[in-house]
Amino acid sequence: MQVSVRLLKVVVFMTLSLPLVWLGYAVSRELSNPGVVLGADPGEAVLHFFGDWTVRLLLLTLSVSTMRRLFRQPAIGRYRRMIGLFAFAYAVLHMLSYLGFLAEFEWRIVLEDFVDRTYITVGISALLLLLPLALTSTRGWQRRLGRRWRRLHKLVYPAMGLGLLHLLWLTKDGYAEPLLYCAIFAGLMVERLVDWRRRT
Amino acid sequence: MLIRKPDSVPGSEITPESTYVSRRRFVRDLSIGGVGLAAAGFAGANIDPPDEPLTPERIITSYNNFYEFGMDKGDPVRHAHKLTTDPWKVRVSGEVAKPGEFDYEDLIKGLTPEERVYRFRCVEAWSMVVPWLGIPLKALLQRLEPTGNAKYVEFTTLVRPSEMPGQRSLFTSIDWPYVEGLRLDEAYHPLSIMVVGLYGKTLPKQNGAPWRLIVPWKYGFKSVKSIVQIRFTERQPRNTWNILAPREYGFYANVNPAVPHPRWSQASERRLPTSLFNQNRIPTRPFNGYGEAVASLYAGMDLRRYY
Repeated sequence: MQVSVRLLKVVVFMTLSLPLVWLGYAVSRELSNPGVVLGADPGEAVLHFFGDWTVRLLLLTLSVSTMRRLFRQPAIGRYRRMIGLFAFAYAVLHMLSYLGFLAEFEWRIVLEDFVDRTYITVGISALLLLLPLALTSTRGWQRRLGRRWRRLHKLVYPAMGLGLLHLLWLTKDGYAEPLLYCAIFAGLMVERLVDWRRRT
Repeated sequence: MLIRKPDSVPGSEITPESTYVSRRRFVRDLSIGGVGLAAAGFAGANIDPPDEPLTPERIITSYNNFYEFGMDKGDPVRHAHKLTTDPWKVRVSGEVAKPGEFDYEDLIKGLTPEERVYRFRCVEAWSMVVPWLGIPLKALLQRLEPTGNAKYVEFTTLVRPSEMPGQRSLFTSIDWPYVEGLRLDEAYHPLSIMVVGLYGKTLPKQNGAPWRLIVPWKYGFKSVKSIVQIRFTERQPRNTWNILAPREYGFYANVNPAVPHPRWSQASERRLPTSLFNQNRIPTRPFNGYGEAVASLYAGMDLRRYY
């Protein structure tokens, strides 16, 4: 039993790393042949790549408890922390790509964006909401915070909402993907509402 | 007409840029010799090519916005090969002496395309330097004999969902067809051209075949592609992006570093191709660097209001 859980965790870890593996491959090909995989504007491509995966993995994190209930498989919950931490890691890489590729670490540009471009303010706020969740994700913090841990981790909902707002806001046209993500989020929230009403 | 499939030309057959550039200079020098004949309508225009390296052909033909084929910048090159451009009918309407439907070939007959190397500045803050082949827009439009009432000209892109997957999408907010317009004096400016080619070849479908507008001092979205209708009007025509988001995209859309897009700055641009280690960021110039030639068109206008 223990062995299979550990093995499965390795499998989940490797699966969640696949986007990074792909990116590593893309970057290595870019080095010898610029533009071949990431196009004419590779910095922006990397930025969007991490942004997309942040949203997808956050949705996957939120769907863990739903799947646990729907399929009556409480064991799935074991993998939630890892998925959530991957989502956070992709969010950090997303922000680093913004700072490095778009703003080129020019703090004047960053400051102007933060003040004038509301969708960037919204995106950074979402990341800041995720930060305490990543920091308190360990067993130790879970024990120390007790009941407050659960309450604190409800911050993932506003973070998800702000993340989706950030995405919708920067979309110029072509709302298929953002709307799909919003629909999934809405579905997960409805399931929680139904579950909560059943229990009270 | 020669219809070239994208990527059907092996890399070995593509002219090296150095050869190409020297050939281009040769052609330019030739045309300077014949300037009295060929460029009667061009006096006073600053059409010297920019002293900046050309963007590679591969980039120009594989990275652009052409929402008719999809939202992604790689979609045009992926899907445009399905487009039929021959025959190509063009409707001429509105304030003209002879409205009607014409063959594209007939409309350009006798007008010689000339090479124009222009900076191309997208409203999304990236830019390229492109060697277009185009005919002066003025010569073309005057051939259509606009009446004295004509103050504006409107251009319409093809609607053909069977060949344009972006037009089949349920998730676009664009109400096809894509329309754009110019004031007639802007359209008659010697820098404005109707493009039929690129890098010395027939215009690739993903770049707006068989013909598209290029107005180099305006953001790229003004330069409408695959045109099927030219309509002269007395009143300012509507333009697609202005209809979608009037606060973000104006009718004039002159390149202006002083007026930021609500969601990003227009003070600088990234000259493509960029690399992971170099964003190639350069300052954006008023009127995309063509101010000397075109600023007088807007004398007395508040360009912050008419963005």
